[in-house]
Amino acid sequence: MNTPQGLKYASTDEWLKVEGNIATLGVTDYAQDQLSDIVFFEVTVEVGDEIKKGTIVATIESVKAAADVALPASGKVIEVNEALANSPELINSDPFGGAWMLKVELTDPSEVESLMDAAAYASYCETRGH
Amino acid sequence: MTEPTIYELSSPGRVGVRFPESDVPRYDPPADLLRSDLPFPELAEIDVIRHFTHLSAKNYSIDKGFYPLGSCTMKYNPKINEVTAGLPGFAFSHPLQPVETVQGNLYLMYQLQEFLKEISGFDAVSLQPAAGAQGEFTGVKIINAYHKSRGDEKRTRVIIPDSAHGTNPATTSMIGLEVVHLPSDKRGNVDLAALKEICDDTIAGLMLTNPNTLGLFDENVCEVIEIVHAAGGLVYGDGANLNALLGITRPGDLGFDVMHFNLHKTFSTPHGGGGPGSGPVAVTAALADFLPAPIVGIVEEASDDVPPLYGFLDPPQSIGRVKTFFGQFGMLVRAYTYIRMHGPDGLRKVSEYAVLNANYLLSKVKGKYTLPYDRICMHEFVVEGVWPDLPDVHALDIAKRLMDYDFHPPTNYFPLIVHEALMIEPTETENKQTLDAFADALLKIADEARNEPELLKNAPHNTPVSRLDEVKAAKELVLCCWLPEKE
Repeated sequence: MNTPQGLKYASTDEWLKVEGNIATLGVTDYAQDQLSDIVFFEVTVEVGDEIKKGTIVATIESVKAAADVALPASGKVIEVNEALANSPELINSDPFGGAWMLKVELTDPSEVESLMDAAAYASYCETRGH
Repeated sequence: MTEPTIYELSSPGRVGVRFPESDVPRYDPPADLLRSDLPFPELAEIDVIRHFTHLSAKNYSIDKGFYPLGSCTMKYNPKINEVTAGLPGFAFSHPLQPVETVQGNLYLMYQLQEFLKEISGFDAVSLQPAAGAQGEFTGVKIINAYHKSRGDEKRTRVIIPDSAHGTNPATTSMIGLEVVHLPSDKRGNVDLAALKEICDDTIAGLMLTNPNTLGLFDENVCEVIEIVHAAGGLVYGDGANLNALLGITRPGDLGFDVMHFNLHKTFSTPHGGGGPGSGPVAVTAALADFLPAPIVGIVEEASDDVPPLYGFLDPPQSIGRVKTFFGQFGMLVRAYTYIRMHGPDGLRKVSEYAVLNANYLLSKVKGKYTLPYDRICMHEFVVEGVWPDLPDVHALDIAKRLMDYDFHPPTNYFPLIVHEALMIEPTETENKQTLDAFADALLKIADEARNEPELLKNAPHNTPVSRLDEVKAAKELVLCCWLPEKE
């Protein structure tokens, strides 16, 4: 399982890449592996929306299950990866790259500090087994 | 061998029926209403009969084999249900007939309402909802209407444990309320500490599936209900798992405020594509005024030599209709028949055997399959369809391989809180030989996973079609074999 350094991880399996006060959101390799083949992806917010921490911002459907994607830190949506809806399989093949979902301008960058780093997230996944 | 589609069997000019010469003047419809691009298949009667007979022979049903689809209660549907539902007085009555001419039908509905009240421990029942999910919708709408009727407008959130049925969050969203997720504890019960933290005056209620989707009876169910009630919320009981409780405990007595029944699960009416479903709703006296209208009641009391007159009553604060007419009447006849055929003691036996069968199967397979919550189960149980040292074998492979042994696969990948879940519900209608054969197949598959994993990865092998491409099926939504040409 791939858990890149330098990203912040939520217990609900999202990652945030923080550059200054801009954060990019996606879901982890662990999440895509659990979901198996992803067949549908939809962002449920729009550019300009002010999003509170923990709000559902996207939906993923695999052949097994549907899952929500939450934004683990509050912010204003500044960009949405429109292409991902047409090729949701990217979430399986490139969860940390091409499958970025949206970018937000963080309201309070300190919120990110409570998220896990790569090592903490990797051991968190271990505790969940398999 | 795959059966060709009916279009592939078609041959130009072939016909099944020859019409006589018309004895009325011919009328040609306006040309702009005609279209020439509909490719009706052209076949003789015998070709059509054989085609659909071939297809029906490939179908898998409860009449053909074991169907342990967890959460769905795929019990045998006794054929006497079809006899009673086919009686002309039931089958040929019309919902708009004057009530005086259908007193037998109304008596049956009234009695079924009474039976369901007795079985569930509630005070009032509506038979109208057309299926379980609509029963849920009705129940939560009643909860919402109750709070609004008291001017309590701020209750907009519904708590749903992660062991609930998947339809519960959908129901809540459909009504415009907000879903609050609640985790389970290590024994598979509702996490009481988390529940206490969530409960406040914005909670409309909690939707509890009990036994839950792990097949476990919540050991703290009364406390769960008390906590929600103390916060001013109401508790909805998802009755989909009632098959474990008949004659043993009653949701109304436990403190639930509203629940639905799945007649197509617990009460042996057809389930699945054949359906239709039927999802009556029961409520406490405090909620009776909100039930969907109309419900069946006595409109003129009996006198010495005259029976009562049954008719329809509109609850004063009804949430309105949720279905045309009076629900799935044919299913009500079947459920009534089932209840009468068993009687109170027989219904209790139904649940006792459903629980016994599930525990028997569980005890046979638990050495080879991981049991995430190691407790005595109710009418169903969940195992992990994966082994730590065999990361390439998945629950789906086990499910597909079971088809090679002539069994319908169990529910898989649900509930979501169990990794690679296989959810197994044998029901009370299976005998020991069938349960043994199914357990043997599961044990054999566990060995195959270790010794010949390709048997699982490529399964099924003995079915009309092999492993289907689920990704393609989900992404390319072409449901018919023919598409009109784009202009």
